[in-house]
Amino acid sequence: MAVKVLIPTPLQQFTANQAAIECEGTTIHGLLETLEQDFPGIKARLCDDEGKLRRFINFYVNSEDIRFLQGADTVLAAGDEVSIVPAVAGG
Amino acid sequence: MRHVTIHLYWVGKPLQTLPNRQFALLAFFIPILPHEYPPMTLATNLPTTQTRSTAATFTGLKCKECGADYEAKAIHVCEYCFGPLEVVYDYSALRRTVTRESIQAGPNSIWRYRAFLPVDSDNPIDVGTGMTPLVKANRLARRLGLKNLYIKNDAVNMPTLSFKDRVVSVALTRARELGFTTVSCASTGNLANSTAAIAAHAGLECCVFIPSDLEAGKVLGTLIYGPTVIAVHGNYDQVNRLCSEVANTHGWGFVNINLRPYYSEGSKTLGYEVAEQLGWQLPDHIVAPLASGSLFTKIHKGFQEFIKVGLVDEKPVRFSGAQAEGCSPIAQAYRDNQDFITPVKPKTIAKSIAIGNPADGVYALEIARKTNGNIESVNDQEIIDGIKLLAETEGIFTETAGGTTVAVLKKLVEAGKINPDETTVVYITGNGLKTQEAVQGYIGEPLTIEPKLEAFERALERAQTLGRLDWQPVTV
Repeated sequence: MAVKVLIPTPLQQFTANQAAIECEGTTIHGLLETLEQDFPGIKARLCDDEGKLRRFINFYVNSEDIRFLQGADTVLAAGDEVSIVPAVAGG
Repeated sequence: MRHVTIHLYWVGKPLQTLPNRQFALLAFFIPILPHEYPPMTLATNLPTTQTRSTAATFTGLKCKECGADYEAKAIHVCEYCFGPLEVVYDYSALRRTVTRESIQAGPNSIWRYRAFLPVDSDNPIDVGTGMTPLVKANRLARRLGLKNLYIKNDAVNMPTLSFKDRVVSVALTRARELGFTTVSCASTGNLANSTAAIAAHAGLECCVFIPSDLEAGKVLGTLIYGPTVIAVHGNYDQVNRLCSEVANTHGWGFVNINLRPYYSEGSKTLGYEVAEQLGWQLPDHIVAPLASGSLFTKIHKGFQEFIKVGLVDEKPVRFSGAQAEGCSPIAQAYRDNQDFITPVKPKTIAKSIAIGNPADGVYALEIARKTNGNIESVNDQEIIDGIKLLAETEGIFTETAGGTTVAVLKKLVEAGKINPDETTVVYITGNGLKTQEAVQGYIGEPLTIEPKLEAFERALERAQTLGRLDWQPVTV
């Protein structure tokens, strides 16, 4: 169940400066656990003390915001692309 | 310079793929009457080298959520909690050094407030941005039943006719200071226009990302400056995500991503100017459009800073926000009394403010609530009516974002949520010539005649008849 994960610049210190990595996970929840095993410390940056995804971070599965899917329970399939993107201003 | 190799391929591409690309382009070139321009600043000749000032008033960046401190580099989110980073200033130094007189002696542009902006060069990029008219809107006020209404008219901001020139002037000045040679952004149109134009002026390489379905005027108004334009099949939120992914690997200065803390500070000048133009006092109530929520929060910050350093007296100012019904996640959260924003997929003619996942939405909510303001939304027809109302009463042709703001102003007045005696300032942030598609079919047509006096007399009579019919509530 390998998925591709795009890592934002502020987290690349955990991934040896890699902007994209391969990781295992059947849901976003599961992916967070494997990310933590592979890159210790990364989960605390992505989730608050209660384990919920932080409010200024966005997760996308194959370009779709997981809040339009099943949130952290969104199911992942092999070959999916998960993008982690901090909130940005603009217009 | 890797990006230069794809330059020629992309420059022509988006225009070719746009439907109706000829639509309204000619009219885009109709010159704006000279009197609509704000006075030019004198300092438009930019030296090619920059000089560092010893009097920088900002000291670094701070996370708005957890308070972690950072150096003033090209970073925009906190490493620990992903909260947005804010510029930190030495307000006691500002209090000592800045006076009303020192500001008034500065250039006739946003750079008269340089001490409150996060740049440290003595010669920032000054293309005459800012100091746009604050118009006493008597006719619109009378129509709505208000007594003290003002329009802050950034439809004539320089050089690209939207408030974005403020934020981009700051962002690109800072980009140059940080050593970037290429600048970029994700945009709903106005930001792309501004980034491309000011990058051209400053001699910076430029690559911008826009949704592929933007209005023709916004696309052309970017392409003319010769940047690389990437038109993405998707809405702004998707463009923004892609742009963030590009930022992970390309070491460019992205004005709304890694330069965001500096960029967004430029909007504070909309607060400073209104305070100065009102005779160094704050209004009672402001109404502004809400897209990402950044402009709204920065106008608030601008007012607070002027109070903090003693340039104006303290006073409560009510903040009301305007959204288009087809993209109103902040208005929805306001109505539902929630303190979080549920993202939406935009569907509205107000493309410039169609941000379904607004980064600063929660802060905009907080401000509207704590200042006893409101957040309201209006539908597409009300937006068109708002554009026409402003044009017909005040001679200001705004784009859809301005139509939204005027329509929300009207709605709030009708609901009794604006006191007629309040000094109310409405922020008009963009120009109608860029979004002509929105009003096409909703305005009159010229009376086309043969070059004969008799033909003119007939046409005039017809026009007057049509004019009278407008006043009668009957169908003909």
